[in-house]
Amino acid sequence: MNIQNMILTLQKHWSDQGCILMQAYDVEKGAGTMSPYTFLRAIGPEPWNVAYVEPSRRPADGRYGENPNRLYQHHQFQVIMKPSPDNIQELYLDSLKALGINPLEHDIRFVEDNWENPSLGCAGLGWEVWLDGMEITQFTYFQQVGGLECKPVSVEITYGIERLASYIQDKENVFDLEWTEGFTVRDIFLQPEYEHSKYTFETSNIDMLFNLFTIYEQEAHQQMENGLVHPAYDYVLKCSHVFNLLDARGAISVTERTGYIGRCRNLARKVAKTFYDEREKLGFPILKREETKDHE
Amino acid sequence: MSKRDLLLEIGLEEMPARFITDTINQLEQKTTDWLKGHKIAFEVISNYSTPRRLALLIEGISEAQEDIHEEAKGPAKKIVLDDKGEWSKAAIGFTKSQGASVDDIYFKEINGIEYVHVKKFIKGKETKVLLPELKQVITDLYFPKNMRWADNELKYVRPIKWLVALFGSEIIPFSITDVKTDRYSFGHRFLGERISFDEASDYVQTLLSQFVIVNASERKNAIISQIENLMEENDWNIPMDENLLEEVNNLVEYPTVLFGKFEETYLDLPEQVLITSMKEHQRYFPVKSKDGKLLPFFVTVRNGDHMHLETVAKGNEKVLRARLSDASFFYNEDQKLKIEDCLKKLNTVVYHEEIGTLSKKNARVQEFANQIAGLINVTEEEKIAVNRAAEICKFDLVTNMVYEFPELQGQMGERYALQKGEGELVASAINEHYMPRNSEDQTPPSNVGALLAIADKLDTISSFFAIGKIPSGSQDPYALRRQASGIIQILLAKKWTVSFEEILTLSLKLVEQAGIQKKDIEEIQEELKTFFKLRIKHLLQEKGIRYDIIEAVLGGGIGVVSTLVKKAVLLEQSKDNPDFKENMEALSRVLNISSKAGQVKEINTELFENEYEKTLFEQLQLLDTSLNAMLTEENYYELLISLKPAINAYFDHTMVMVENEEIKTNRLSLLASLAKYIVNFAKVNEIIVK
Repeated sequence: MNIQNMILTLQKHWSDQGCILMQAYDVEKGAGTMSPYTFLRAIGPEPWNVAYVEPSRRPADGRYGENPNRLYQHHQFQVIMKPSPDNIQELYLDSLKALGINPLEHDIRFVEDNWENPSLGCAGLGWEVWLDGMEITQFTYFQQVGGLECKPVSVEITYGIERLASYIQDKENVFDLEWTEGFTVRDIFLQPEYEHSKYTFETSNIDMLFNLFTIYEQEAHQQMENGLVHPAYDYVLKCSHVFNLLDARGAISVTERTGYIGRCRNLARKVAKTFYDEREKLGFPILKREETKDHE
Repeated sequence: MSKRDLLLEIGLEEMPARFITDTINQLEQKTTDWLKGHKIAFEVISNYSTPRRLALLIEGISEAQEDIHEEAKGPAKKIVLDDKGEWSKAAIGFTKSQGASVDDIYFKEINGIEYVHVKKFIKGKETKVLLPELKQVITDLYFPKNMRWADNELKYVRPIKWLVALFGSEIIPFSITDVKTDRYSFGHRFLGERISFDEASDYVQTLLSQFVIVNASERKNAIISQIENLMEENDWNIPMDENLLEEVNNLVEYPTVLFGKFEETYLDLPEQVLITSMKEHQRYFPVKSKDGKLLPFFVTVRNGDHMHLETVAKGNEKVLRARLSDASFFYNEDQKLKIEDCLKKLNTVVYHEEIGTLSKKNARVQEFANQIAGLINVTEEEKIAVNRAAEICKFDLVTNMVYEFPELQGQMGERYALQKGEGELVASAINEHYMPRNSEDQTPPSNVGALLAIADKLDTISSFFAIGKIPSGSQDPYALRRQASGIIQILLAKKWTVSFEEILTLSLKLVEQAGIQKKDIEEIQEELKTFFKLRIKHLLQEKGIRYDIIEAVLGGGIGVVSTLVKKAVLLEQSKDNPDFKENMEALSRVLNISSKAGQVKEINTELFENEYEKTLFEQLQLLDTSLNAMLTEENYYELLISLKPAINAYFDHTMVMVENEEIKTNRLSLLASLAKYIVNFAKVNEIIVK
């Protein structure tokens, strides 16, 4: 099965479970969790079921397209369900079956893995899912997001698309994966991989990036004061990406690093709180609507 | 009375493997306590556990609690009868509270006063009525990490999926979150189905038919015997790491052992890298030849049956290949690094915000290691090696390999140092200075490694104490206790005759120079002494030394660790000798009375009034000369107990606390001088003799 069909299959599967199918969010980010569809929507009491593909940038993992396993940008298929359904493990295993993975022919395990992202004030408990020894999915029950307790708890399922595809297509090199008939990952992503790696490690304008961090940070704070959560959050994401670029470049010393992570965390916490307050002002409309539905 | 079996099963989403064994033991203990606390008799309790279930089968539980016959004592007779001889309110109140009536009252005399009594009989309740209370036992289990799920308030290890509570064939009703108890359970996730138990006692067999080996030790034995078969068939040696086996066992419900292979070229990688990749990251068992050489195979345990094993093997091979190819890349990259460049990078690595960079800390360790080397009988060559090893011992922390495999710190350092032309003494010390890495690990074999290990660990402990990060209770995030025990073990193994207090003072001087301390250095020193004494106490307790003997040998400080331990062992061995009591009493008399001595003056033999004083003085002089010679602890001890007749004769014929100040001071001075030698061995008056 090529990647395009994998994505279509997963979309169909989770759409059938009542998830809203979203498109990738258009600001750079390091993981699907950072999309506002996850980070913000996991906050507060409103139900939320969503699935989307998220291209995720990890500047430090750039390898000029030379490493068969590491990428500057990979793809995650992200599912969020709030509150977490009782049969979520079964729903997940059904999605693997839909991808042609018959559990009776493999060894599938749920191995403890607790997830923490201090720079977003997030923590969760769950597993990494092993398919014949390979980690193909992160499975997390969010306990805290942006420093706020999750009530109710969301469950997050993150498939590593390239990882899973390399298993399904039995390829050793990520660039050999078929995206769709006639097109491999190499055709589509090799050049950007090389260029982004060269940019990240060699040619980025460090002074400019430091300036951008400060400017983005100020703007995020400014827009939060205006109660505009989403524009503010876009700038938080930008800060985080700029920080990752600087970090990968080795431009941030270990001492300074703690400081920058702290600044990102402050922003994330403030955004989380602002989002909650704004939803509360609106009377948590999705929750209200669902409750009315239940009564009918 | 008739009896029934009870089955209790908690079905869960996969629990963390590391919690399972402890949790099932807790469940068994807490349930046993509950049954005993409620006086419900039972015969046998057995526990069962897999990643998805915790279960107890309790055989032969009584149908009811034991009945209770008791006599309850109430107020005095004069209070319960009013003037007219009628029962007072007090009488009625008392009998009511006992579930009796005034008609049941009789009197009994206690110490000449008559008191109201009633016979109490409490009929035991039916067990099945009480069993729903087990809900509390289940929700009270302790887990190191808890979670919430959906919109439940309960915090638990993982979401609860089903509950079985069967008393014989009867369901005991209760519910946790929205899950109600029933007779239904689930077999293996993929091979099994939903099942129903008619009787509690069907449990083990029914689950086996659904591909779940529910008895953890049976499951472990199944893994062991399958691995042994593989060893025999292939003429392999597969070392069975107990921790790995335990973890793997708690990751599967139905184990099938299989093996895979990897390219022989990867055997060029350091063995530790291969082993770490297999064991730590993939939970594989590495395979060795009969003569102990690593072979390009691995063994893993599948949660399932024998079908399609080749697919599973192939998948696992692919994962390991990717890992080894990564490792191989990092290993080759590291070949391009120079030690000096790595050391420069350490300037930017913060060890701890309040302690400073790794470079700064390590410079201190280097100076400290050189200072300790000066106190110990080591060769010039070793001294030179200590200096260099201390200088470079952390360089591997910034290599690619250690970044990827942090658990290989030191081991990679040793290998790279050799490759880059460092001497063997220096290279091995880089690895050894982390030893002992855990309570089972060996201490550094070489003097250079041992010196560096002590310097590094003690500097770490002193630094954290200096910034106020002192372990308390279960809080010891920097593993300072383990490191302190490590230092003691090293000093003990090396038998170095350096006093612990002396090296501690050196360490604190360096910390003080660095200026990181947040309080008075003397105060820190006292805290550290107490901390180390406690570690030594633990060590001696493990050696089976009695607590009062431990107090006695630690009475005069720590001193030379190996000497201290020898003294403790010597006293422990002698404590049952027939003359031990008298010996200790004699020595203790000296200690007890000399505590009354003020300033000790030079002893004036002119002031002696009897021959016993003279004899004791001669003995003291003998001690002076003997102890200047290097004396073994055994000889020291012999010498001390040989004083007994002289001491006893002295006290029989000499009054110490006389009116004449001059004579009194002279006598106390003699005893105090003697006491110094005794305390130097042990504070024998702490020892309890019966």
